[in-house]
Amino acid sequence: MSTTAQAQTPADERVKEISAFRKALIRPELGGICGTIIVFAFFLLFAHDSGMFNSQGVINWSVVSAQFTIIAVGACLLMIAGEFDLSVGSMIGFAGMMIAIFSATMDWPVWLAIITTFALCISLGALNGFIVIRTGLPSFIVTLAFLFILRGFTIYFPQLIERKTIIGGIKDISANDWLAPVFGGKILTGFFQWLGEIGAIATFERGNLAGKPVVDGIPMLIVWAIALVIFGHVLLTKTRFGNWIFASGGDAQAARYVGVPVNRVKILMFMFTAFCATVFATCQVMEFGSAGADRGLLKEFEAIIAVVIGGALLTGGYGSVIGAALGALIFGVVQQGLFFAGVESSLFRVFLGVLLLMAVILNTYIRRMITGER
Amino acid sequence: MADPIIRMVDIEKHFGSVIALAGVTLEVFSGECHCLLGDNGAGKSTFIKTMSGVHKPTAGEIFFEGKIMNFVNPRDAINAGIATVYQDLAMIPLMSVSRNFFMGNEPLKRIAGISFFDHQFANRVTMEEMRKMGINLRGPDQAVGTLSGGERQTVAISRAVYFGAKVLILDEPTSALGVRQTANVLATIDKVRKQGIAVVFITHNVRHAMAVGDRFTVLNRGKTLGTAERGKITPEELQDLMAGGQEMVELEGSLGGTV
Repeated sequence: MSTTAQAQTPADERVKEISAFRKALIRPELGGICGTIIVFAFFLLFAHDSGMFNSQGVINWSVVSAQFTIIAVGACLLMIAGEFDLSVGSMIGFAGMMIAIFSATMDWPVWLAIITTFALCISLGALNGFIVIRTGLPSFIVTLAFLFILRGFTIYFPQLIERKTIIGGIKDISANDWLAPVFGGKILTGFFQWLGEIGAIATFERGNLAGKPVVDGIPMLIVWAIALVIFGHVLLTKTRFGNWIFASGGDAQAARYVGVPVNRVKILMFMFTAFCATVFATCQVMEFGSAGADRGLLKEFEAIIAVVIGGALLTGGYGSVIGAALGALIFGVVQQGLFFAGVESSLFRVFLGVLLLMAVILNTYIRRMITGER
Repeated sequence: MADPIIRMVDIEKHFGSVIALAGVTLEVFSGECHCLLGDNGAGKSTFIKTMSGVHKPTAGEIFFEGKIMNFVNPRDAINAGIATVYQDLAMIPLMSVSRNFFMGNEPLKRIAGISFFDHQFANRVTMEEMRKMGINLRGPDQAVGTLSGGERQTVAISRAVYFGAKVLILDEPTSALGVRQTANVLATIDKVRKQGIAVVFITHNVRHAMAVGDRFTVLNRGKTLGTAERGKITPEELQDLMAGGQEMVELEGSLGGTV
């Protein structure tokens, strides 16, 4: 640093003007934006007549992308705050199983089961964060332990109580519940009915659904995903707390010296990640009407991949919620698109790996330009 | 002369069986640059950490504006008006200058009952304050990582001044910097002093101290060797005091007086 300093002539000459276009280009989300364009271009070319881009197809990959988005928003904010959560997938399985046990086995009203599960899982998130803060251990290790602990309980409890690993029958008991539709319902059903009537989208021609539109509404899962992205983005970029998230992940000690409550920020982010996992689990249980012990496997890594494609820095302090959402969109589109394109589904992983690598290389390059890292 | 803004009387600090400070007395006045000199291990860091509320003294009293003070944590000292700029922990490189500037003191504006970070205000103030200090930013959203080490120190100093510091403690701000950057930081110290703020400047470089210092206190092995006023002491004498006398004389002989 001192060698460059000695060569330094008056500071003004060293500040290069950057064109507005270039300025608009260098942003954390650029990798995600490029990836999204490439992916859509690819599937428009190779799968445009496969039904991927008709109403049913769009809802199909939107739902999958929305699932990724919900957990990616939590993982993104936590990663920017400088921590990881590897227990997201197990938390999804655990939360789903708890809802099923409370409602189907213990006959609690579904709304009470959902609220209790949220409280339980958010406290587990807080426990994760508390252990990380108190022991100073890497969150990688602490949450890895919870990955196994929670998965173990998720398999043990239903076997102990019901002697099986899948608990079903939740559809019937949640039919008249007031809270269940917030997670398992659909909105704009009237609008889609109308679209079907005027012929804008296809309708079923036969069977007991004849005359109904093939897409009868927007699943709440998608609504949750969009709401969480907006919430996360506003929180991170437009509020005081967002600045604290960046500061906690950027340099916890420097942040503490100026009075940022780093521990509180980190624990709250662990709780938010747990909240996102529980939203995912609740939507899934309400949609399927059952909870399985293997739900959510590997979801923690998928969330992290989406976040990293979206431009976040693994070591914290840098990233974007919009980017993470784009990463999740790419994930969902590729997973479902390869199916529509008739490509062998195992190639999904190859494609994803290549995409991850390209996005990360591009993001590293952009980040160095923005932040002056060397 | 007016009363000192901060007066540290017979400060002792023991860490277990190690006596880091063995009765240090120091007075700092508003508008002066008080240089605290000492070799590595002399107790400079322990002393300023006591002043900024990181350590509680084992014995001794701290008077701030004439009143006795008991700082429990750094936040208390900051609230009282004692700001510390640490050498390598001043700024977060990945964050923008304006986000760094207002870190921990974010300006808020309320829209529909919700408090938002007032970016417009933050950006405007950051640009103004940086211009005053002679740093030309490309924009308030420029990352701190793109600034040089000296510029980062300057941003940290102007941040402390903007948020109302009455005493500014600088922990070896020039030790990792090149010639030109050092000159910039020293110029900044001079500007701050002229605003009536007390500056405590920690360094082990006598030349840097002589450039801006009004008074000089030398620490050696946890004790003060007295405070000297500007013009009443030569750089050579300061150097000798810091090294504790004899060895330095011998060393200087063999090095031809270049140290």
